[in-house]
Amino acid sequence: MIDFLITFSLTLLVVLMVLNLGGLLLWVERKGSAVLQDRIGANRAAVFGKLPFNLGIVNTLVADPIKLFTKEDFVPAGADKLLHTLAPAIGLVPLLVTFIVIPFGDVLIIGGREISLQAANLNIGILYVLAMVSLSVYGVVLGGWASNNRWALLGGIRGSAQMISYEIPLGLALIGVVLTFGSLDLQEITRAQGALIGGWIPAWGIVYQPVAFLIFLAAGIAESKRIPFDLPEAESELIAGYFTEYSGAKQAMFMLGDFVEAIIVAGLITTLFFGGWQVPFLLRDGFHFPWGGSLALPSLLVTLLQVGSFTLKVLFFCWLQIMIRWTLPRFRYDQLISLGWKIILPLALANVMLTALIILLFE
Amino acid sequence: MDFVTFFALAIPLVVIAIMVIAHPSPVYSALFLVLTLFLLAVYFLFLDAHVVAALQIIVYAGAIMVLFLFVIMLLNLQSDTQPTPRHGLGRAAIIGGVILVAELGLLLQRSSSEQAESSLPENFGTVEALGSQLFTTYLLPFEITGILLLVAVVGAVVLAKR
Amino acid sequence: MVPISYHLILSGILFTIGVTGVLLRRNIIIIFMAIELMLNAVNLSFVALARHFGNMDGQIIVFFVMSVAAAEVAVGLAIILLVFRGRETVNADELNLMRW
Repeated sequence: MIDFLITFSLTLLVVLMVLNLGGLLLWVERKGSAVLQDRIGANRAAVFGKLPFNLGIVNTLVADPIKLFTKEDFVPAGADKLLHTLAPAIGLVPLLVTFIVIPFGDVLIIGGREISLQAANLNIGILYVLAMVSLSVYGVVLGGWASNNRWALLGGIRGSAQMISYEIPLGLALIGVVLTFGSLDLQEITRAQGALIGGWIPAWGIVYQPVAFLIFLAAGIAESKRIPFDLPEAESELIAGYFTEYSGAKQAMFMLGDFVEAIIVAGLITTLFFGGWQVPFLLRDGFHFPWGGSLALPSLLVTLLQVGSFTLKVLFFCWLQIMIRWTLPRFRYDQLISLGWKIILPLALANVMLTALIILLFE
Repeated sequence: MDFVTFFALAIPLVVIAIMVIAHPSPVYSALFLVLTLFLLAVYFLFLDAHVVAALQIIVYAGAIMVLFLFVIMLLNLQSDTQPTPRHGLGRAAIIGGVILVAELGLLLQRSSSEQAESSLPENFGTVEALGSQLFTTYLLPFEITGILLLVAVVGAVVLAKR
Repeated sequence: MVPISYHLILSGILFTIGVTGVLLRRNIIIIFMAIELMLNAVNLSFVALARHFGNMDGQIIVFFVMSVAAAEVAVGLAIILLVFRGRETVNADELNLMRW
């Protein structure tokens, strides 16, 4: 019973944190893009006309959701009602449940129990992530089909082709990491990154697999259809692509799916390449510096430091994706597909072979 | 796997499989097939086949069925307006199906019911078990499957080019 | 513990549904989907028997069946696209150009 409660509360915590972060990222995107483009951004909805200081918080986090949820929810004429309603849900739910295998801390020691801070301890963790990412393609496919709209259909076809094309380099980049750390379980991989190379450098994934990191970043941004890979939903090309005919809460679900996928990519990059919850030189009982000093810390503080480090890293990579979005122009569709198949895929394959060769030679 | 789980999975599986072949719209048939594959993956999880379940979702439900839906969308296929086949072949197919189920049921009911459950090895159904067998005993089929996939890719590209 | 015959009978029922689908429907895409259903029924049978005998061979065969099914679907859908381009129909009754 206790185990069930622990798992349930961990899952609830993870899902709620992801949803909150999605909303927060909407604000970061609005204000960050405004700052990048040297403008003020949305600031009309304010408290008492002035507060809070042109940050646009009330606008994005209060006024926008109210607007989205109170808009009229219509299904276009001749469209399939069931599929039209189902598509945003199918697009969003697999992405939300992906986060349960990503560990956000080492162990929480409460009352003699060691709770591993990972909502679901699967021994096929990475395969589960890949499976859920593959399932989220259906949201795009059904959204494009069920709208009874030629542009939506075109956006849906392009979007799904792009997503399934970039799933392959995504998986191959992950294989490089799995070969290096020898396990599919994300908590094991994160724990293995606590080792020190030569006593000084933390054995993070990026030290072993820099090329895989770049491939994973590119493929992840392409999977979530953000700029520079966002032709399926480009505002100036296809109106809004596969979610043209969506308004109100369903559009909110599609938008949220976009941000949740960005969070997943950030979470996976953090876990696999940047040590996850590892703080350099921090073990379970305190700091152990390589030059001999050590600092003993209570276990609760250690856990807090680790969760905090994980959160900071995820936030950094979300911010990085938002900055990339507002800096680069978008790829043309045939350039996008040829980049995925002719450049990124051979690079990922070469990376896997090189990794395997090096592991074989140095074993 | 106990009886409650078995019937909780088997009855929806059969019903949805019948919906796959019975629904007039191809898109709905494809979606019901996705649901069937998903239920089968859950079934595999209960049978201690973890990797096979994950592969079922990644390969079958996540790639092959997307390809099906893709082609249906490209060809813009609408619902079948004339679902009945000609000259009573439909009734013959259904009667034949019932007879086949009865035959298979009678045959398979006599299979041995020895419970060999206690002799499952420790890492049954994990990646290590699958991988170690795949690269030693079954290396030749593995390589041939690789060549087969290459042939399929080249063939599909050549066929679908204008 | 469910006896092995239950799993095998379920696999047989799914296989029969696939066969009935191939015989019953005239849309070649739905015929193709029924073939996939048959392959999955066989996969179920293999996995159940693998667990019954404690042998990983069943799951390895399932691995190969899945890859072969993927290759077959790719080529088959390419052929269906070609057929549609030439004949503008996917009804198996109307694809009868080679009949005398």
